[in-house]
Amino acid sequence: MSLFSRLGEKSWETPGVPAEDPASYRPEAARVGLIVYFLVATFLFLLVTSAYFMRMGVEAGHGSHGSTGDWHPMPEPPLIWINTAVLMMASLAWEAARAMGRRGMAAPMRTAFLSAGLFGLLFLAGQLLLWRDYAAAGYFLAANPANSFFYLLTALHGLHIAGGLFFWLRALLRPRGAPLPVELCAAYWHFLLLVWLAMLALLVST
Amino acid sequence: MATVTLADDLKPLHHPRTWIGKYVWSQDHKVIAIQYATTAIAVGLLALVLSGLMRLQLAYPDTFDFIQPDNYLQYVTIHGMIMVIYLLTALLLGGFGNYLIPLMIGARDMVFPFVNMLSYWVYLLAVMVLVASFFVPGGPTGSGWTLYPPQTILEGTPGADLGIIMMLVSLAIFVVAFTMGGLNYVTTVLQARTKGMTLMRMPCSVWGIFVASIMGLLAFPALFVACIMMALDRIAGTSFFMPELVSMGNRTGYQGGSPILFQHLFWFFGHPEVYIVALPAFGIVSDLVAVHARKNIFGYRMMVWAIVIIGALSFFVWAHHMYVSGMNPYFGFFFATSTLIIAVPTAIKVYNWLLTLWKGNIHLRVPMLFAIGFLFTFIHGGLSGLFLGNVSVDVPLSDTFFVIGHFHMVMGVSPILVIFGAIYHWYPKITGRMWNDTVAKLHFWITFIGVYAIFLPMHYLGILGVPRRYYALGETGFIPPSAHLANEMITIAALTVAAAQLLFFWNMIWSLFRGTRADPNPWGATTLEWQTPDTPPAHGNWGPKLPVVYRWAYDYSVPGHARDFIPQNAPPASAPPPKGEGA
Repeated sequence: MSLFSRLGEKSWETPGVPAEDPASYRPEAARVGLIVYFLVATFLFLLVTSAYFMRMGVEAGHGSHGSTGDWHPMPEPPLIWINTAVLMMASLAWEAARAMGRRGMAAPMRTAFLSAGLFGLLFLAGQLLLWRDYAAAGYFLAANPANSFFYLLTALHGLHIAGGLFFWLRALLRPRGAPLPVELCAAYWHFLLLVWLAMLALLVST
Repeated sequence: MATVTLADDLKPLHHPRTWIGKYVWSQDHKVIAIQYATTAIAVGLLALVLSGLMRLQLAYPDTFDFIQPDNYLQYVTIHGMIMVIYLLTALLLGGFGNYLIPLMIGARDMVFPFVNMLSYWVYLLAVMVLVASFFVPGGPTGSGWTLYPPQTILEGTPGADLGIIMMLVSLAIFVVAFTMGGLNYVTTVLQARTKGMTLMRMPCSVWGIFVASIMGLLAFPALFVACIMMALDRIAGTSFFMPELVSMGNRTGYQGGSPILFQHLFWFFGHPEVYIVALPAFGIVSDLVAVHARKNIFGYRMMVWAIVIIGALSFFVWAHHMYVSGMNPYFGFFFATSTLIIAVPTAIKVYNWLLTLWKGNIHLRVPMLFAIGFLFTFIHGGLSGLFLGNVSVDVPLSDTFFVIGHFHMVMGVSPILVIFGAIYHWYPKITGRMWNDTVAKLHFWITFIGVYAIFLPMHYLGILGVPRRYYALGETGFIPPSAHLANEMITIAALTVAAAQLLFFWNMIWSLFRGTRADPNPWGATTLEWQTPDTPPAHGNWGPKLPVVYRWAYDYSVPGHARDFIPQNAPPASAPPPKGEGA
């Protein structure tokens, strides 16, 4: 039943138990919660992105405060591309874990699961290194609005990565015999990869 | 099995063994609801005291030595912040949302009970950080609840040292707490409805809380981002919002930031926030009106759709708070139009409430009195909103008491009246006791007439041009002596109303111990929360078996039935019982 036909139900005319059992079409709660959280995070990053463009607009003289010309884009060192590749590897490893999980291959799935998290850790370390390189080259947080937004975006994204790693770690330390939550973790990491690619496009193109 | 929450067993429930596990670190949605509600009301009392102090200063300037201009601005700021966010949002969603959603949809608990518990404790942390800002050097921030830069973080604004940082941190923590709670409310409604509870069989209360939770999840990130960026401007010296400026004769290090950018982010949260508070109140009042008028809610589908449409539209009206910020006039035209359009679904709701009352078998019990009181204040506040929604009217009125009168009527008093009505309505279920009717009626009448005495004259003051946020009016030619007299009258009314709340607290506490035992369903309501096997509902809510829902939530006064209501879980007379369905 589509959402619209459900919202169109004239419920006062139809007493009785509906033929469909809710259990038959509802996905598990954690999956629904995760999808709702994707919406929240999407809004979070969209809002920062729109703030990014508005703040740039001030520089271009469209704002009401006159042109100050203080937006100086940051360079893109090779490390940023390496980190992107590492995050893609993490996503690939999650996908591999998911595929193997579906085929019931327990041992290779564990390897993929473990390496996916390690790639995540590596990405986070790479981002910190990127921060250090930028700071060493004089691109401080407060020196320029482009820098401020760069640090803000990477920090917000990094926090989400750290959250993902927390759940990865929790899954590793789970009691013996409990299933690995591969499907949801994979979805979360794919989502974070998409967010990162969008943010990277924003940083590189402006 | 994926559908643990639907399974008819108690296994997934967390069963506490100790008193602390049951009442402090509880994962039971009902206990969390009460924790949320008492915390919100307690911090709301602080905000009430602050408003009393503001009124004293406005009526009797130069009388109170302890109210200096700085203090006054701090009272204004913290009063607004607490009332909007820490009281109304937390009480309606954290309190009523937590209590009502699982009971009304026939679930045993929220789908993520641990996250739910965490949500409350993180909320409590946010409250504690906020209250602690009273005790840091310089006191809490006095920048106005909208926290507009650049003044918010500049020297000279009260609390610019530590107060503002604590405010921003507290708000960010609150957003985290709300997100955890909101994810729970939304997922529980989507996920844990019992058999037969289709979306369109949910009571309006659940619809209001559900849509408001979605809105909160999407709107609060804007506040979160704005707080982080402002904190960075204040602590790390970035220039997100701070333009190049000279403060106290010194050049600040800021350059090129956009204060308007903050206003956009703030109101992208701030306007949906109005409806985050209003929609649960709309939903609850629909149920109060239907139950106590013994009539089905008029136009149920329209009521649900209106909630959804208001929720969606409210994301496109935010800049009507910014008509005087100097933005492009064409924006003003767009936002004035969208603001007036949102009045249409709102008016549909108002008409439907009135038509529900029409020829109803109205029982003027206390919850109903508060619901009808809400209709008055909400229509008043809504109509003055039409004035302010138009740019040309808003510009002269924007910084006057007219705005104070408007928004207190529409989003201060109206939701509070619904909250009182809802507390009286569900108190017998929550505590198993009945409150004292005489005291409750007295409480209603003093509050209802009192709020009119407070906020109606403010509209006139505003039209006279009395500015808001001013510590003292001083010698001002255009303000006649009668305005000062009105200010004194308002203060007397405000203090009376504030004192009358003691009746409410006395009634709630006294009845908890001495009230007569309440009937499990004293109002003859159809919704599931009144059909629980125990009153107050036990942990797990439903005993061994989940209820099955056979009908919508508003079967009142159905012709040909012995009683004037049919509970949602009462099987139709003609249909076979659930076991024999497959035949």
